[in-house]
Amino acid sequence: MIVYSPERPGIIIGLVAIARRDLLLAWKRPGDILNPLFFFAMVCTLFPLAAGPSSEQLVASGPGVLWVAALLSTLLSLNSMFMSDYEDGSLDQLLVSLQPLPALVLGKTVAHWLTSGLPLVLISPLLAMTYKMSTDIFGILMLTLLLGSICLSLLGSIGAALTVGLHRGTALLSLLILPLAMPVLLLGANTVSLAAGGEPYVTGIWALAGYAVAALSLAPYAAAAALRISNE
Amino acid sequence: MTAKLLANDLTLMRGENCLFQELSFTINSGELLLLEGQNGSGKTSLMRAIVGILSLESGEVLWNNIPVYQQRQEFHGSLVWLAHRTGLKGDLTLTENLYFEGALRQRSDADLAEVFKRLGILKLRNLPLRLMSAGQQRRAALARMLLFETPLWLMDEPFTNLDHEGRELVKSLIDEHLATGGICIMAAHQSIDINSTIIRVNL
Repeated sequence: MIVYSPERPGIIIGLVAIARRDLLLAWKRPGDILNPLFFFAMVCTLFPLAAGPSSEQLVASGPGVLWVAALLSTLLSLNSMFMSDYEDGSLDQLLVSLQPLPALVLGKTVAHWLTSGLPLVLISPLLAMTYKMSTDIFGILMLTLLLGSICLSLLGSIGAALTVGLHRGTALLSLLILPLAMPVLLLGANTVSLAAGGEPYVTGIWALAGYAVAALSLAPYAAAAALRISNE
Repeated sequence: MTAKLLANDLTLMRGENCLFQELSFTINSGELLLLEGQNGSGKTSLMRAIVGILSLESGEVLWNNIPVYQQRQEFHGSLVWLAHRTGLKGDLTLTENLYFEGALRQRSDADLAEVFKRLGILKLRNLPLRLMSAGQQRRAALARMLLFETPLWLMDEPFTNLDHEGRELVKSLIDEHLATGGICIMAAHQSIDINSTIIRVNL
């Protein structure tokens, strides 16, 4: 008996290919990226207008507002992560491909982060100026947002995978993700506040980095398992 | 290539409904399994169960005498599934779509342009898929069958939306595939006349 043993295209090739495909799709439909980013910018600029221009108040609330807006805008973009693949049947094709599903999920998560997390990190200093944040801590703000958005994209992939078969699953997705995302929000916002107050803040950054590493190593497997369940 | 797919006492439940019970069949190289049955009788579900997306209530599927769940990736590497939905991205062109597919499974040495020509979609290769007609999209999905050299073909209603010429094309593709020792599982309403052994399963 001859057992057909296909020579597989490498895992990295699969991961890069799906990330490239999703980036190409995002490029052809820029609205999907711009909406959450626009939401982030709107919340951050409208808050000082409504809360009043008192300097102390702005400095105190700045890190919190920026971080909450970042979290909410990421939640907005999560729903679409697997939705279009589910609707046009390409998710089925991914499920029966030669590539291990966690690698493909990771590829999709990387593309999601590059189109939602990274732009958010890049425009954050611009919005931080609204809150009279000192330019010295822009670096720390960006670093925490960078690590935090990686965590959120990875955690979000689990929630998006679980709710992919449900129509209008956004509310449920938020409920599922928020408990896991809470440490990220607290660590991120408090680290920036501490840095702004001139206090030691390095622990927070290490903790965020640790959280990101844990999410990176576990989330793709959890999301792959969730995809198999919700696609039954 | 020689290959063998064996289904042993398959039972599938969807909610409270039992779609089929203790279904068994064996398909060898060069044979076609034709799934017949009314709408909603479980043809698509059986295919989804064979590829491992739906979990069976009981029974197992063996590929080359080894249970599928023990060799999921190898099994997935040896099949191409033409599902009801094309699984191609509407915003991407045909070439972009298939370039991506190439990273998902083992490419055959077939030339992309030759494949498009054979399927009659060569002129459409740089057009986004959403601008194509339903029949043209169906032909585009068929490109998978030719680009990947796999022994097992699963085709869910392959004649849907195709014109007469398209249906003849599908038949000749299946004929060639079976002649080289492939296996084809097909769900279809109309009967099909081909030169190979046809095993019929009525759901």
